[in-house]
Amino acid sequence: MNRREFLQAVAAAAATGLPVVGACAQGSAAAARFYDSAVKPFGNVGLLHFTDCHAQLSPIYFREPNVNLGVGVAAGQPPHLVGEFLLRRFGIAPGTRDAHAFTYLDFASAARTFGQVGGFAHLATLVQRLRATRPGALLLDGGDTWQGSATALWTKGQDMVDAQKLLGVDVMTGHWEFTYGADRVKEVVERDFAGKIDFVAQNVKTADFGDPVFKPYVIRPINGVPVAIVGQAFPYTPIANPRYFVAEWTFGIQEEAMQKAVDDARAKGAQVVVVLSHNGMDVDVKMASRVTGIDAILGGHTHDGVPTPTLVANRGGRTLVGNAGSNGKFLAVLDFDVKAGRVADFRYRLLPVFSALLPADPAMDALIRRTRAPHAAKLDEKLAVTEGLLYRRGNFNGTSDQLILEALLAEKDAQIAFSPGFRWGTSLLPGQAIRMEHLMDQTAITYPYVTVNEMTGETIKTILEDVADNLFNPDPYYQQGGDMVRVGGMRYTIDPKAAMGSRISQMQIAGKPIDAAKRYKVAGWAPVSEEARAAGGEPIWDVCARYLRAQKSIPSLTLNLPVIRGMEGNPGMSA
Amino acid sequence: MNAQRRDVLKSGGGVTMLALLAAAGWLKPGQALAADGWNAAAFATKSLDDTVRALGGSAPAPSTDISFVQTPDIAENGAVVPVGVTSAIPKTESIAILVEKNPNMLVGVFDIPPGTAPSITTRMKMGQSSKVYALVKADGKYYVASKEVKVTLGGCGG
Repeated sequence: MNRREFLQAVAAAAATGLPVVGACAQGSAAAARFYDSAVKPFGNVGLLHFTDCHAQLSPIYFREPNVNLGVGVAAGQPPHLVGEFLLRRFGIAPGTRDAHAFTYLDFASAARTFGQVGGFAHLATLVQRLRATRPGALLLDGGDTWQGSATALWTKGQDMVDAQKLLGVDVMTGHWEFTYGADRVKEVVERDFAGKIDFVAQNVKTADFGDPVFKPYVIRPINGVPVAIVGQAFPYTPIANPRYFVAEWTFGIQEEAMQKAVDDARAKGAQVVVVLSHNGMDVDVKMASRVTGIDAILGGHTHDGVPTPTLVANRGGRTLVGNAGSNGKFLAVLDFDVKAGRVADFRYRLLPVFSALLPADPAMDALIRRTRAPHAAKLDEKLAVTEGLLYRRGNFNGTSDQLILEALLAEKDAQIAFSPGFRWGTSLLPGQAIRMEHLMDQTAITYPYVTVNEMTGETIKTILEDVADNLFNPDPYYQQGGDMVRVGGMRYTIDPKAAMGSRISQMQIAGKPIDAAKRYKVAGWAPVSEEARAAGGEPIWDVCARYLRAQKSIPSLTLNLPVIRGMEGNPGMSA
Repeated sequence: MNAQRRDVLKSGGGVTMLALLAAAGWLKPGQALAADGWNAAAFATKSLDDTVRALGGSAPAPSTDISFVQTPDIAENGAVVPVGVTSAIPKTESIAILVEKNPNMLVGVFDIPPGTAPSITTRMKMGQSSKVYALVKADGKYYVASKEVKVTLGGCGG
């Protein structure tokens, strides 16, 4: 494909992938028709995709970021567009349902107008409606399904495994699933999923001989057309999360092995090859430019809700790259028209799941009620009321993180606090009660230990530089996909475009420069080392719950944001 | 998975792989640690140029015929980083691996006897993020390629 053909293809995709926009979508009649055009099928091969639901079985609010900076070739490109920049790029009218789903704009008030999003009972209804018009359509789950809620943590992901089976997931890959340990993952795959759900991951091998741990791909017929789904688990699982959970497995991007899996699948007769990926969108875009023979990469990990897929040219043709958001908020619908053994055309939509527009599926609703019942008293404990909007997502501190940092500083009597740049965690509107369930939505992990350490100024800088490089390295293959570590008690300046080791400057505590040689008391949580596990440490939710019960009411919090340099005009940051 | 292969290794108990090989007659006693040809000076070098000089060459030419295989962009464990190098340069005689920021740069030199595929893999230790060099000697001349491998503190993902 030459440059002109590529541009034409991009223009065609923009025209076909237009999101559903209705100027009077707020009216009930228009709202009822919100999903109608998506239900209408196209072509002969249908795929449904959700990812990173983070165990949110019930409807929630989720605010998209107002800072999602792209650097290098990703600067100004999807998914690194926020707010008005995103609306303009994708032709979404302000004030509509779609504008609310895809951006942070006027979030609290729009959330009150349009209601909650997601919830497996509502998602199930949407899946059924789409399947009814798409014979043999597969439902793909990109992973980060078993983690992110209290009930998922307390049942070791079993609530989600049961919900996946009832929802009719056909194929999945993983990331946070691995934080329940290798044995638990194998147990689910071999026992619960047997004959029902294929867990695929071409890039997970045994550390000793490099033997495959999971099926690299599966070929399933859709409407008579053989379609290969190749799995790509999160490549940096043993780095971003504790390695001890998967000590005998090795991950990585493994481009050559991906090419081999795609070629094998084609040789076995697959007419369509789709990669179900947990790479993160920037990594997917790079991989699509280097590996040939992939029709589409349906991606997740970076939680980007991208209305229109990116078309990437490579030596073999072009690959469509989509990223389907998080927290059960979106369902992607990819329709292929396969003619003479190859993809001739496609349509892609990323549908927001508005709970109020989709009646709850009774069977799924009953399963969720059964799951919650034994834990109801704990889940429903009211810890405090929030006066401001609580949210996490964004490159730097969100208000939920600010709350966790303030709890750490106060409860551990620390000078500085760190909280990991996770991208999961639901949002709460001003005036909502913070229940234990909501606190667990921000903290439910299998390594919740709070740590308190004396660190030199030099060590603090090393940590900030390390995380900044994992977020802002211009080569996506060197990124890990989390956001910047959240920081409390100290200030700093960041220059995302600077080289590794020189992005962070102006580190200050109480108005004074941080001394490289001096020691500071630093509190944090979610340590990845075995030593930290051995040391124990109070679970983060206990520390936060104690703080919240004592505060009773949480005022609107002021974010401790760094000074950001060199990003003027970047559309990944609200003006 | 090849359980049999894994069992064979585990069944050795305290017996090392090298001892097993020796017992099987595949390795002569002493051969594994043969002192013949040990280039102590090369293993004490601190720069690429010094290493090439200690190996008896000079000024390696950058080459796109050298490729890294099975080498991660970000290491899962700095203590055991897999690294592999394949050379497509005719008459490749040896492949050396160097880590720029290791206290001693040279990880190892692998002699490639004639008729052998010039492809090696091993595991190495890295203390911090660094450029990794693959240095190939072919037909008496030296060629080099490099790749960045990151060693991070971990955590804070996704």
